[in-house]
Amino acid sequence: MMLTRAQQLELFYWMSLTRIFDENMVALWKEGRGLGGAFSQRGHEAINVGAGYALAADDVVAPMHRDLGTYLLRGMSARRIFGNLWGRANGVSGGRDANLHGMGDLNLNIIGFISHLPHSLPVALGVAMNFTYRGEARAVLAFTGDGSSSAGLFHETLNLAAVCQAPLVILVENNQYAYSTPLSQQMKLPEIAARAAGYGIPGVRVDGNDVEAVYAVVAEALARARRGDGPTLIEAVTMRMLGHAIHDGFEYVPRELLAEWEQRDPVRLYREKLLAAGAVDSVELDEIVHRCEVEIADAIEFAENSPLPDPATIEVGVYAP
Amino acid sequence: MSTGSNFGFADTEQTNAADRTLTYIAAISEALREEMRRDPAVLLMGEDIAGEFGGAFKVTKGFEAEFGARRVLNMPIAELGFVGAATGMALMGLRPVVEMQFADFISSAFDSIVQFAATTHYRWGGAVPWVIRAPSDGGIRSGPFHSQNPEAWFVHTPGLKVVAPGTPADAKGLLIAAIRDNNPVIYFESKPLYRALKGYVPPGDYVVPLGKAHVARAGADLSIITYGAMLQQALAAAEQLADEGIAAEVLDLRTLKPLDMDAVLATARKTGKVLVVHAANRLAGLGGEIAARIAEEAFEWLDAPVRRLGGLDTPIPFSPPLEDAYRPNAAKILAAARELARF
Repeated sequence: MMLTRAQQLELFYWMSLTRIFDENMVALWKEGRGLGGAFSQRGHEAINVGAGYALAADDVVAPMHRDLGTYLLRGMSARRIFGNLWGRANGVSGGRDANLHGMGDLNLNIIGFISHLPHSLPVALGVAMNFTYRGEARAVLAFTGDGSSSAGLFHETLNLAAVCQAPLVILVENNQYAYSTPLSQQMKLPEIAARAAGYGIPGVRVDGNDVEAVYAVVAEALARARRGDGPTLIEAVTMRMLGHAIHDGFEYVPRELLAEWEQRDPVRLYREKLLAAGAVDSVELDEIVHRCEVEIADAIEFAENSPLPDPATIEVGVYAP
Repeated sequence: MSTGSNFGFADTEQTNAADRTLTYIAAISEALREEMRRDPAVLLMGEDIAGEFGGAFKVTKGFEAEFGARRVLNMPIAELGFVGAATGMALMGLRPVVEMQFADFISSAFDSIVQFAATTHYRWGGAVPWVIRAPSDGGIRSGPFHSQNPEAWFVHTPGLKVVAPGTPADAKGLLIAAIRDNNPVIYFESKPLYRALKGYVPPGDYVVPLGKAHVARAGADLSIITYGAMLQQALAAAEQLADEGIAAEVLDLRTLKPLDMDAVLATARKTGKVLVVHAANRLAGLGGEIAARIAEEAFEWLDAPVRRLGGLDTPIPFSPPLEDAYRPNAAKILAAARELARF
C-alpha cells in the first residue's frame, strides 16, 4: 500500500502535532501549571497516528489515553483537548472527566474510554454489531494495552466478536509495561497477537514505531472488517518512553532499555525516512513542525483562558433527556 | 417499517379480546413483542433467549420466529462482555433489551453497568438507551444464587434508572417506558409473580411513566411503602388490617430510581405512621433511604418511628423454614403494622 507524498506529509504533520502537544503538556505539568494527572504519548505517536489515519470518515474509533494523535486526526481540536486537561467548561467533557478521559464525541465517531480500559472493547464490539444489524459497511477500531489483555473481558470480547463475525479491529498497544509491571510478569506467551488463533481470527504483529507499517496493517484489517470478513487482532509493539502518568518517575524501567528504544523514536525515524527518500527537504518538514508549534501554543492560550464550569451545572447531564 | 403493518400477526388477539387478564410474565412478553413490532431499533440479547427455547422462563418464546435471528441474539455466557456490547449498540441509537437470565448474575456485568453505561452521558454526552431485564426475588426455593434482589446497588449508582413492577399492568407499562427511555434502565421483574399473579393489562400502547409511584390502596391510619412482589403481600395484610379497623394505605413505588419522593412524603404526612417493606435485605437497603428522607422532610408529621421490614443480613437460604425466616411476607407485615398502629 503505497502512500503518496502528500499523505506522507500528513502523517508527519499529525505525528509532529501529537509530539508537540505532548511535550508542551509534560512541560506545563512539570512546571506545576497542570490540573490532576497527565499521560504522556511519547513513543506512541506512530501507533495512534498510523492507526487513526487508516480510519474512514464513517468508521468509529474507541481510543484510550495514549491515543492523542487519533483524537486529533478525527477532528477533535487541540483547544478542546487542552480544555479537557484543564477541566474547562469548553473542554470535551465540560469538566466532567479528567485528562484524556471523557473525550467521546459521536459527531466525530469517537467512543470515550473509562479508566477500566478493557471496557472499551465490548462497547466497540457493540458499535460493530450495530453496523451489522443495520447492514452498513463500516468498521470499528478499538485500542487497548498489554495490561488490558490480561483481563477476562479481553477474552469475552474477542470470543464474542469472532462468533458474531463483527467488523471490529482490536489494536493492542504493547508498550512493555502495565504501569510498573513488565510483560514477563503479565503473560507467559511472548506475543499477544498469537492469542488470536484461540478465537479463530487473524492476529498480526507490527512494529509500533513505524507509522507506515501501522497504517498498512490497520487499513487492511479495517477493509477486511468492512467486507464482512470479521475481526482482527493487531499487536503494535512499542515502548512507553515516560512514566505511566506525569507523577511517575518510572525508576523501574532499566535505563538501557529506554536508551535502546530512544534510538527508534517514531517521530525522528519518520523524519529520517522521508529525508532519505529524497522527496522532501528539511525546510519543508521544519515548516510543518513550526505550524504545529503555533497551533499548540494557540490551544494552550485558549484553554488556559477559558472559563471553569459553573458549579450550578453539576447535575446537568446525569441523565439523557 | 410502516406503522400500518401488523407483521402478519392479527392485532385482534390484542385489541378485541374481551378478557385482558394476563399473567405478569405474559405482560412482559407482550410489552417486548409490541415494542419490537413498533420500533425496528429494539432488539433482544441474552442467554438462551432465541429459537423455540425462548429463554429460561420462556419470556421470548416464539420471538425468533417472528422477528428473526437478527433481532433475537443468543449470547454466550459472558455477561460483562454482552452488556458492554449492548452499551455500544445503544450509543449508536439501537435499543437493546438484555435478558439477564437471573438477577443474581448481574454482578458479573457490574463494571460494565455502573462504570461505563451509567457514566457515559454525564461524561461526554453519549446516551445509552438499553434495558436490562433482571428476573429477581425468591420465595420459590431457589437458593442463594437464584433468589436475589440487588436493586440497592443500582439505586446507589448515578446515571441509572431502576424499576420494579408489582402488577401485570405495570410489568407491561413500565417495560415499554423503560425501552423508550434514553437512559440505561434496570428492570427488576419478580419471578414469584411470573405465573402466580394475573391481572388486567391494557391493550396496545400502554406506558406507565418512570418515576411515578401509585397508591395501590388508600387509607388514613398508616402507610405501607413497598414494591415488587411485596406489593401483593402488603395488600393482603392491608385487607386483614381493614377487618381489624385499621385503614392502611399501600404505596407501590414502581420506580426505585428516580424515587417519587413527593408520593412518599405525601403518604407519610397523611398517615403519620410508615412501614417500608422490601424483599431485599434490610441493611443499607432502599428502606433506609426512604426512612431517612421521611425523617428529614416529614418529621413533624410523624406519630411513630418509621419501621422497616426486609430480608436478613444473610445469603438467601434454600430450605423452606430458612427462606421463610429470611423473607418478609403478609403475616410479618401484618404483625409490624399492628404494632405501628398501636404506637
